[in-house]
Amino acid sequence: MSAVTNTIFSPELAARFDKLVTLYPVKRSALIPMLLYAQDEVGYVSDAVVHEIAQRLDLFELDVRNVLSYYSMLRTKPAGKYNVQVCTNISCMLRGGYEILDHCKAKLGIGHKEVTADKLFSLEEVECIGACCWAPAMQVNYDFHEDLTPAKVDQILDDYAAGRGKDVK
Amino acid sequence: MPDVNFIVDGKQLTAPAGTLLIDACKAAGIEIPAFCYYPGLSLQAACRMCVVRIEKMPKLQTACTTPVAEGMVVQTETPEIAQARKATIQLLLGNHPLDCPVCDAGGECELQDMTFKYGAAESFYTEPKNHREEQKWSPAVYFDRPRCILCYRCVRMCGEGMDVFALGIQNRGSSAVIAPNIPASESPTGMQQLDCEECGMCIDACPVGALTSDSYRYKTRPWEMNHVGTVCTHCGDGCKTTLGVRRSADGMEIVRGDNRDRSGINNDFLCAKGRFAFDFANHEERLTQPLVRQADGKLKPVSWEEALTVVGKKFKEVRDSRGGHGLGVIGSNRITNEEAYLLQKFARSVLGTANIDHHRTADYTTFARALNGTSGKTASQRDTATAKAVLLIGGDPTNQNPLTAWNLRTDVRLNKARIYVANHAPIKLRRQAKAFLQVTDLGYGSLAAYLGGDDAAAQAAAVDVNALAAFRDAVKGEENLLVLIGNELRGTDLEKLVQFALSLPNAKVALLSDYVNSRGAADMGLLPDLLPGYTPWMQPKEFATEYGDHFPAAKGLDLLQQFDAAASGELGALYVVGANPVARYSIDPATLKNTFLVVQDMYLTETAVLADVVLPAANLYEKSGSVTNSYGDLQLVRKAADKAGVRSDFEIIVRIADKMDHKVQSLVPFGNGLRADFGQTRGAQSGEADRHAVWLAANNMEPKLSPFDPFAILDEIHRLVPGYGSLLRLQLLSGNDQHVEPVVNKNELVQIDGDTNRRDLVLPANDTLFTSGTLGRYSEKLTQLHGKYSQEATPTAAD
Repeated sequence: MSAVTNTIFSPELAARFDKLVTLYPVKRSALIPMLLYAQDEVGYVSDAVVHEIAQRLDLFELDVRNVLSYYSMLRTKPAGKYNVQVCTNISCMLRGGYEILDHCKAKLGIGHKEVTADKLFSLEEVECIGACCWAPAMQVNYDFHEDLTPAKVDQILDDYAAGRGKDVK
Repeated sequence: MPDVNFIVDGKQLTAPAGTLLIDACKAAGIEIPAFCYYPGLSLQAACRMCVVRIEKMPKLQTACTTPVAEGMVVQTETPEIAQARKATIQLLLGNHPLDCPVCDAGGECELQDMTFKYGAAESFYTEPKNHREEQKWSPAVYFDRPRCILCYRCVRMCGEGMDVFALGIQNRGSSAVIAPNIPASESPTGMQQLDCEECGMCIDACPVGALTSDSYRYKTRPWEMNHVGTVCTHCGDGCKTTLGVRRSADGMEIVRGDNRDRSGINNDFLCAKGRFAFDFANHEERLTQPLVRQADGKLKPVSWEEALTVVGKKFKEVRDSRGGHGLGVIGSNRITNEEAYLLQKFARSVLGTANIDHHRTADYTTFARALNGTSGKTASQRDTATAKAVLLIGGDPTNQNPLTAWNLRTDVRLNKARIYVANHAPIKLRRQAKAFLQVTDLGYGSLAAYLGGDDAAAQAAAVDVNALAAFRDAVKGEENLLVLIGNELRGTDLEKLVQFALSLPNAKVALLSDYVNSRGAADMGLLPDLLPGYTPWMQPKEFATEYGDHFPAAKGLDLLQQFDAAASGELGALYVVGANPVARYSIDPATLKNTFLVVQDMYLTETAVLADVVLPAANLYEKSGSVTNSYGDLQLVRKAADKAGVRSDFEIIVRIADKMDHKVQSLVPFGNGLRADFGQTRGAQSGEADRHAVWLAANNMEPKLSPFDPFAILDEIHRLVPGYGSLLRLQLLSGNDQHVEPVVNKNELVQIDGDTNRRDLVLPANDTLFTSGTLGRYSEKLTQLHGKYSQEATPTAAD
């Protein structure tokens, strides 16, 4: 039984949230994990998500939005089914990260934080994703792709477009 | 706390341990600049302007977060510090448009001052400035993003000070921005909006021109206005407000209200009404010419002379033909003490009637009776900000007495005060309360009885009867208790509660009321059975001799009885000063068809349209005198604005008396043998302050040369009204508040009418944050704000 009636989340996630708020000395500490989990399930942090999280944590919606807007990994608009995140931080940059990004832009026909018309792909230029050893790297949803070349990127994106890619959540 | 010694800029200073360096320096006359620091709010250390060099500390330290310590050696102005501050300002100016020539804050902007001082206006940054359009967040508040320096003052003011939390910071780094609580995606207009109490404190606290008010923005410059400190005309809290006025086509108009100089009882606080609702003076329906009803039944504008002659003649005729009881007088709770006193004196000594009353918003007569024989038991507004424990029974200060609510919140935040709230509704102040007791809808009397020891009353007192005992024990266990009473408590209920408070050793009481001079109107005797100072009509003391031959040795008709008398044709004339009883008490207009009705008001109210003569009156911002707030704090009212054509109620009353062939000097004691001394215009001390005049003023001897000088009546109030004899002239004239109590003479038994079953004539106004009786309807800003929130607001009074 969820602490919130009419929850917008799946029963599993609602149960997880019920537990999450009990784990911290101060309830609002659960705010960031909740936002992330909610984003994974809903696809983005919608007004409804903000509303329910504020309700669960006894916060004003404004407090939730203040935190939400601070973090670049939380988004308030839907991303594509596959969110392509290309790293251009120093190691990747030295090994051609910007070429990979430009290649993705040209291939998908979209820019930073944009979504393709068929809502299949979205593109983001991100800071270090912790894969410096295998730079340049990119992340599609939660799946990593390393030692990239434009040809490899073509292959990866084609796989995703054809439904063969791993969809790690 | 023990004192510590430290050295700042070579000066040996002493301050209590725990004092912040910035405050300690300020007290010693050393100013350290700061944007984010704001006294009374939590520390932010966001702006880095207050950096100072403290010996033995490795880096520059922020003076706003450093408590003074023994032996500390501090430098506040060195080339190193100047350089650091200059760099800080360069960063702050990174996105700042430097549009000072058009900005509201220009001339009183902290950033502008600092930029001048440290010379950082030339920027090294080559990036284009991040411009965003100005946003309208509410009918009162505008936000100009590029001017903002992210000091967080508004965020803290709104959250901590107001307990509203309507402002936050969103995004980060150079794109961080202050955001209101309704995002664009959820706003009906598609733009960001505020959902708040609209107090405007954020605008006040803003060190730059990022937050501006709709009333003032782009209207004028600070140095083009005169600034007059007076008292707000709205609720009974008696906030001091500094009005910015400038010349207009027909007098002086008010363009701004604030209290940035922190000179008054309210420190820097003002609510929406005090800050924005002065625009009623310029309402298009404002009367500026007297109106007299003609033979054809229509009101026609006439000259003052003609109108006053008609009134004087008719009043005299009614008095001489029917006697004093054929006349009635209804006063106001927004006129000054002097006018209220003069009005009742006019009624009793010129009209010869005791039929005098006003719209009572709290039962001050019972309050005075219950306090009989005590002294030092009434609280001042100032006590609400410092009391260790407060019991609030009834009332809703957040909506009806916003300063009281502000003070209580401040008291909890800064002094860890314990607040006990007993109310029939879950009022907002329960959030600060240590204990909240839900009283049953009609249970205040039972609660008062229960607190006083009557356990049998428990059942009817509270929703949760089991919570009562603990509540009473907690309250009685407090060493110093401040008891604030809402105007739901009247008559015997109020008496019981005051007696309970008096039974506690160090308790003080206060009764909250609705309008600026509700208390003063009662103190000054706008009552049918009580003379000024709650002097009973049976023992009129010196009033009987002072008030001359017409003085009525009987009690008069109260407000409702006067209308009954009018209905039965017994009231020949009714004189209504600054009140709207027809709307307030839902009087049938037909009641007054045989009564000669004179109304003094600013507009054609429901009462004024029925009148035979309407006299256009000045409002509280357009006159001088004094007012007494709910708590009994007496303050000076100074004339700020002016409107061609209108006259003060004081002048009108005097002129009517004159038209009735009354000897004006016996009504207003002016010119009593004193000659004017025009001060030191010549000689060695010419041009200096007129010390002789100051001395005369301080000793209540300054010459009153005009019959329209309210201070001539203040002299009489000072001399005759019990409780007001203790007032200090110099305190009053310097704009300070002073506390007066209804009864000061312990040994003098005050019997207020042996009849204990007095009729309950108190009608609380139930104003919200955005209504203010009839007056509020004529304020465009309040109307807009009321419209915005009326769906969610609590129901308001009929008017």
